[in-house]
Amino acid sequence: MSIVADTLSGADTQRFWQRFRRNRPAMLSAAVLALIALAALLAPAFEAMLGVDATRVDLFNQYASPDATHWLGTDEAGRDVLVRLLYGGRISLLVGLVAALGAATIGTAVGLLAGYYGGRLDTLLMRSTDGVIALPLLPLLIILAAVDLAKVGVPADIANSEMASLYRIVFIIALVGWTTVARLVRAGTLSVRTREFVRAAEAMGARPTTIMLRHILPNIVSPIIVATTLSIGVVILLESVLSFLGLGIQPPIPSWGNMLTNAQELATRAPALAVWPGAVIFVTVMAFNFLGDGLQDALDPRATRR
Amino acid sequence: MDGRVKPGHDGALLAFLTRRLLGMAVVLAVMSFIVFMLIGLMPGDPIDIMIASNPDLTPADGERLKRLHGLDLPLWERYANWLGGVFTGDLGFSRTYNRPVMDILLPRLGNTVILLGLSSIVAIVVAIPLGVIAATRPQSKLDSAINLFCFAGISVPPFWLALLFIMIFAVGLGWLPAGGMGATDAGFFAGLKFLVLPVATLTIASLAGYTRFARAAMIEVLRQDYIRTARAKGLGPRRTLFGHGLRNAMLPLTTIIALDFGTLFSGALITETMFGYLGMGKLIYDSILGNDFNLALVGLLLATLVVLIGNFLADIAYAALDPRISFRALEAA
Repeated sequence: MSIVADTLSGADTQRFWQRFRRNRPAMLSAAVLALIALAALLAPAFEAMLGVDATRVDLFNQYASPDATHWLGTDEAGRDVLVRLLYGGRISLLVGLVAALGAATIGTAVGLLAGYYGGRLDTLLMRSTDGVIALPLLPLLIILAAVDLAKVGVPADIANSEMASLYRIVFIIALVGWTTVARLVRAGTLSVRTREFVRAAEAMGARPTTIMLRHILPNIVSPIIVATTLSIGVVILLESVLSFLGLGIQPPIPSWGNMLTNAQELATRAPALAVWPGAVIFVTVMAFNFLGDGLQDALDPRATRR
Repeated sequence: MDGRVKPGHDGALLAFLTRRLLGMAVVLAVMSFIVFMLIGLMPGDPIDIMIASNPDLTPADGERLKRLHGLDLPLWERYANWLGGVFTGDLGFSRTYNRPVMDILLPRLGNTVILLGLSSIVAIVVAIPLGVIAATRPQSKLDSAINLFCFAGISVPPFWLALLFIMIFAVGLGWLPAGGMGATDAGFFAGLKFLVLPVATLTIASLAGYTRFARAAMIEVLRQDYIRTARAKGLGPRRTLFGHGLRNAMLPLTTIIALDFGTLFSGALITETMFGYLGMGKLIYDSILGNDFNLALVGLLLATLVVLIGNFLADIAYAALDPRISFRALEAA
C-alpha cells in the first residue's frame, strides 16, 4: 500500500481509504488474504505446535480422519493435510506475487516503449501483444515446463536443485502474463505523453528514459497496481493447473496444485483430500480478484466497473 | 452489409482478407519456429527412446538411425527440412501411433470443435440475459448475486471444478458418466450425456467473464443519448433495450469473445484431460508427455489455427453487427 501512498497526495490518500473501506467485499478479501499469508508464514510454528512433520511419510496412518493432532486428517502418504496446505500456501503465494511482479515489470516496459515512441515500434510491440493474448497459452506453457534446463545452459547445480521447479514456473508465467499490463500502460502513456509537464521536460532536454520513468510512470501507477493485483489471482490459478498436471512445483515441495495431482483417483476413497486444496485456491484467487476490483474503484472512481 | 455497400467496398474487403490471412500465416510460422526450437530443448530425443526400449540396438546403431532420420543435423536445418515437408503436404509421422499425424489429429479436432462450440454457445446465450438483468437493476440484490457468481466463476480452478462435478454428479448421484466418450455407434443423443459435465466445466469461466462484460457494456450503452431519444419518442422499454441497447452492447462483447478463444482452448485442454474426452487438448498434452514431438508440434499449430480462425470469424461478426464499421476500417485498425 505504500506505493499507493507515495504517489498520491495526502488528501488523495484519505479519499482512497474512505472509498476502499466502504467496499465490503474488498475489505473482507484483504482480511482473508492477511490471514492466509499469516498462517502460511507460521507454518513451522503450527507444525511444532501440533507435533507433526509435514514431510514424513507414515504408511500406517494413511487417510486418517481429522483429530486433535491432524486437524484436517492425513493424505495418501500419511502426511498432515493442514500443515501441507500451509506450506503449499507459502509456495503458491510466493509464486503468485513474484511472477505477477515480473509480468508487471515486462508489461510496463513494453507499454511505456510502445506508447512513448509510437510508430513502427508501437505497431510491432502491440501486434506481438495481441498475438500472445490470442494464443492457446496452456499447451505452450506445458512445453516450456517440460524443457530440459540443462540443454538451455542453466548450471547443473541449479537445474537439479529442489527449487528449480519454483524458479522455472515463476519465469515462464512472467513470460506470458505481461499482456494486460502492457496494454494498460500503453494506453496510460498515450494519454500522459502529450501533457504539459512531459512537454516541458522534453523541452529542457531530459532523456527519454528519464521522461518515461520519472514523468510518465508515476502518473499511471494506479492501473498498474490494479492489473497486478488481479493478475496474482490468474498466476495462482496457472501455477495450480501446471502443478496439478505434474509440470509445475515438483514434490516433495507441496503446492496447492500438486496436492491435487492424485485427487482424481482418490475421489471415492478420500474426497476431503480433493476438496481442501481446491477450496483454498478458490478462496485466495477470489480474494485477490475482489481486492483488485476494490482497489480499482477506490483509485479511479470515475472509471466504470468492468 | 447488403444495401450498405459503399463504392470500393469489394476492394477493401479483399485487402482486409488478404491482410488477415497473411497475418495468420505469420503467426503460424513464428509459432512453429518457437515450438520447434523448444522441442529441441526437451529431454531425450526419439532415437534415444528407441534405443532405451530395444536392448538389441547398440550406440553405433543409434548414430546411424539419427543420421537416417536427419536428427544429427543442427536444429535450424531440421526446422528447414520440416518446413519443406509441410509445403509438400507431408506433416510427418507420430512416434507413438506410427501413423501420419493428420490421421490422428483430424478426428480429435472434430471432438474439440464440438466441445468448444457448445461451450461458447451456452456461455453467450446465458451471459447476455444475465448481463442485461444485472445492468438494468444496478446495485440490486440480484445484481450483487450475479456479480458474486461472476467472481466465483473467474476464480475457481477449472480442474478442481471438474473434480467436484465428477464427485457430485458421477460418483455421488450417479446421474452422469465421470468421463469418456461413449460408443461411437450409439448415436448423437447417447453421446450427449458424456458432453454435459465437460461442457459445464468449460462454460463456467467464460460465462462469468462474458457476463461481467455484458453488464458493463450494457450500463455504458444505457447511459447514451440515443437511448433517451428512443424512450422520448415513445418506444417501449423492452424494444429500447433489445432494439437499441443490446445491439450496441454486443459490439464490445464480440471483441472479448474473439480474444477469449485462446483461453477457451487452454480450458479445453484441462477439461478434456479431466474427463478423458478424446479431443485435441488432451492429445497435445499426452503427446508432449509421451515425447511424441511431431504430433505435439502439429497439434499445437492446428490448435493455433483454430483459435486464429475463431478470432477472424468474430471480427467478421463485429463488422456485420456494426454498420458504421466497414472492412476498410477493420483493416486500418
